[in-house]
Amino acid sequence: MSDEAQRLKIVFVGHVDHGKSTLIGRILHDTGSLPEGKIAAIQQACEAERMEFEYAFLLDALLEEQAQNITIDTTQIPFRTALRRYVIIDAPGHKEFLKNMITGAASADAAMLVIAANEGVREQSRRHAYLLSLLGVRQIIVVVNKLDLANYSEQAFREIEGEYRQFLSELGMTAREFVPASAKQGENVARRTDPALQWYSGHTVLEALDHVESTAALPNQPLRFCVQDIYRFDARRIIAGKIESGSLRVGDQLIFSPANKSSAVATIESWNSPAPEEAIAGDSVGITLREQIFVERGHVASHENDAPIETNRCRADIFWMAEEPLRKETEYILRVATQELKCKVVAIEQVMDSSTLATEIGERERLARNEVGRVTLQTRAPLVVDNHDRIPALGRFVLVDGGRICGGGIVFGGVYTDRTTVKSKNIFWSEGEITPTHRAKQNGHRGAVVWLTGLSGAGKSTIALALEGELFQRAMHTYVLDGDNVRHGLNSNLGFSAEDRVENIRRVGEVAKLMADSGTVVITAFISPYRLDRRRAREIALEGNAEFIEVFVDAPLQVCEERDPKHLYKKARAGQIRDFTGIDAPYEAPDDPDIVVRTDEQNVDESVATIMEQLLPRLRADDPID
Amino acid sequence: MQSARTHLDHLENQSVFIFREAYRAFRNVAMPWSMGKDSNVLIWLALKSFFGKIPFPVLHIDTTYEFPEMLEFRDWATQHYQLNLIVKINAEARARGVGYETHDPVTVTHELKTVALQQAMAEHKWDALITGIRRDEDPTRAKERYFSPRNAQFEWGYKDQPPEFWGQFASTAAKGEHVRVQPLLDWTEADIWRYILREKIPIPGMYFARNGQRYRSLGCMPITKAISSEASTIEEIIAELETTRTSERAGRAQDHHERNAMQKLRAKGFL
Ligand SMILES: Nc1nc2c(ncn2[C@@H]2O[C@H](COP(=O)(O)OP(=O)(O)OP(=O)(O)O)[C@@H](O)[C@H]2O)c(=O)[nH]1
Ligand SMILES: [Mg+2]
Repeated sequence: MSDEAQRLKIVFVGHVDHGKSTLIGRILHDTGSLPEGKIAAIQQACEAERMEFEYAFLLDALLEEQAQNITIDTTQIPFRTALRRYVIIDAPGHKEFLKNMITGAASADAAMLVIAANEGVREQSRRHAYLLSLLGVRQIIVVVNKLDLANYSEQAFREIEGEYRQFLSELGMTAREFVPASAKQGENVARRTDPALQWYSGHTVLEALDHVESTAALPNQPLRFCVQDIYRFDARRIIAGKIESGSLRVGDQLIFSPANKSSAVATIESWNSPAPEEAIAGDSVGITLREQIFVERGHVASHENDAPIETNRCRADIFWMAEEPLRKETEYILRVATQELKCKVVAIEQVMDSSTLATEIGERERLARNEVGRVTLQTRAPLVVDNHDRIPALGRFVLVDGGRICGGGIVFGGVYTDRTTVKSKNIFWSEGEITPTHRAKQNGHRGAVVWLTGLSGAGKSTIALALEGELFQRAMHTYVLDGDNVRHGLNSNLGFSAEDRVENIRRVGEVAKLMADSGTVVITAFISPYRLDRRRAREIALEGNAEFIEVFVDAPLQVCEERDPKHLYKKARAGQIRDFTGIDAPYEAPDDPDIVVRTDEQNVDESVATIMEQLLPRLRADDPID
Repeated sequence: MQSARTHLDHLENQSVFIFREAYRAFRNVAMPWSMGKDSNVLIWLALKSFFGKIPFPVLHIDTTYEFPEMLEFRDWATQHYQLNLIVKINAEARARGVGYETHDPVTVTHELKTVALQQAMAEHKWDALITGIRRDEDPTRAKERYFSPRNAQFEWGYKDQPPEFWGQFASTAAKGEHVRVQPLLDWTEADIWRYILREKIPIPGMYFARNGQRYRSLGCMPITKAISSEASTIEEIIAELETTRTSERAGRAQDHHERNAMQKLRAKGFL
């Protein structure tokens, strides 16, 4: 037996009271897995409370569970047979606790579905099987329990087997096997003793367990590295996350969706152990990149030739767990791996009763608790997914409302496109009425003034436009103010005298404030050489409760002069223009800028990445205004 | 070639994932640290998660009934790992005379641990606490979530826990509430020891047998009993665990004071 091997996780599901917890308790007891004195202690407690002893109390530890003889919440217990080690998961059967059943079952490799012989196939016997299929749990063993109550009759067993086989086949599932048992009597759990069960020659429950196949991670799947966070605790800029599928190696060229930025893996970081060359599915890793591209939580790295789907719309099957029904056209938070975006359901095409499998086709407005619906989801910002049958980890999501997970679902039917040629066209939905106080919340970000300052030719306009594109791509409200769109209209009556320059900056400051107040991230690209003017612009913004972020676009004068894109330096040197900043007018560099980019050392992407990294946290909608 | 990952790799990866989710989801995180074996594994996993630097404070709730050797270890480890250590004592309760000499263990544990923790929380306004509890320690802990919300009174709403699956957690706390983040939930006592062995994690010497006795679980001095054991190396401890059938917390008096003592303690905010 290998201690090293990963544990097989087996969930016990089925209708309320059909004996799941009892069966687990019995398994633990009959295999000598319990700590000394455990049974005696429970027996003693039961006597003191005048309750009948139940094996289920080994799992149902909460007082409320014991008082009602019911499982409320799911439990996990390690367990071993002579063959291997397991984690056994007990799940509640009561309809009320379906969310707890899902919590328990979602991580399982296989399921034991328990049906009591005296009651037969019931509502949750069916619903649980259906949910297992949605959760991706494919291996099922059916235990026909409480057969003692049917005198271990083969006919009783066969009837249930027949009915349930039929039901599973409608779901496109098959059970590995059907096993008769009595958990209470310990019959055919670890061993078979009762002559009444002689007609059966198959496995005991334990043997059936040991015959479940280990679900090894699928090899050769495409890489999906989901970014959790970026760390800069020291000089390193580490991109931390989990490899959900596939593998990555140092030197691999990665593409990050949805930004579509590409860079090679420089290192795989580690602490207190040699840096690995490769990381595989399941690994929590941190990597550094060769180029300093902008990456953030939610991005998904893949190899270039096998990228995930990037879309604003997808089709999915959703199960709903919350009391409040899912409503069409209502905003929810969608979480796929580490992505979190606003979404709404734009169509509910069909609804299935997850127990009877009765399907109701035709448009619906709502999805009630415990219903499963086939829907179309729409997000504002681009969503990165895979079809669930291809890569489960990127093909499943949860819907969150008011901070609580209300439903889950799986994606199907998405179309993969060649990322190198197609850039997604985002579809946006129309906004309802927006009150000023909720603007930031509605937009998902706050308005702000991002004030770029620097010499002519330092790269302000280029960076402003690239930054605008980056923000826009994320469905953020953004706009660039620069000489081109301000000088010709708003400031067309201003020249270049010292006075006019001051007025120019003042007006830009005022307009920027208004736009920031309306929720926009305004990017200004003016030389704005004087500290005093920039301070005024900051004060104006702050008056309007807008965040003001000063970005110093820094490049030595010599470099700017060499670039001289508009030949202005040449003209200034020749005396054809006067009061030119850097030549015959001063440039007062910021003393304490919020962000500095060195355009002589970084390329545009790197500069934008530097700005984005420091800017985004300051735009978060939930931050209190300073 | 892909080398297969072991059970311990899997646990480590999952814990690291949880640490990173917690650090990202919450603004103000702290990690209680008892200097016990689980706590030290937790520190170790945090160092792995954040590449050598733990970016939040570590909290020792000092009941004033601590073993001197544990305090020595605390000071050594604080230096060694460059921890940002906060020590909290419920001085008010001690001044009132609350102590094992005069009170029952449940009361003392509540006052000197849970209430002390509440006081520290009120001072520092943490919205998440990263704890080292494991499912196999106690049947009520077996019902826990990786992210487990606590209300402003520190109560655990065990009758209506949020769903948690596919790596999606209850990662928001309302004002005054907090979330217990429990990266070691899936680990067993044996896993902890195997990992300590594999990673060579420093732990206090009291876990190893001296004069035929060692501690299996460490709490307050007056209510923690040593077990008889000859296990003086980690390998011997693991071998001992393979054969023992007594439970780990058998030596911790507050758990067994009355029926379901743990549930009552835990519902009121005990870790
Ligand atoms: N006669 C008989 N009774 C059984 C058997 N298995 C369980 N029971 C009884 O059925 C009742 C319910 O058992 P549990 O194990 O709590 O059922 P469960 O499926 O875990 O119930 P929930 O978790 O609440 O859904 C208990 O009183 C058991 O003693 C069996 O094989 N035969
Ligand atoms: Mg049960």
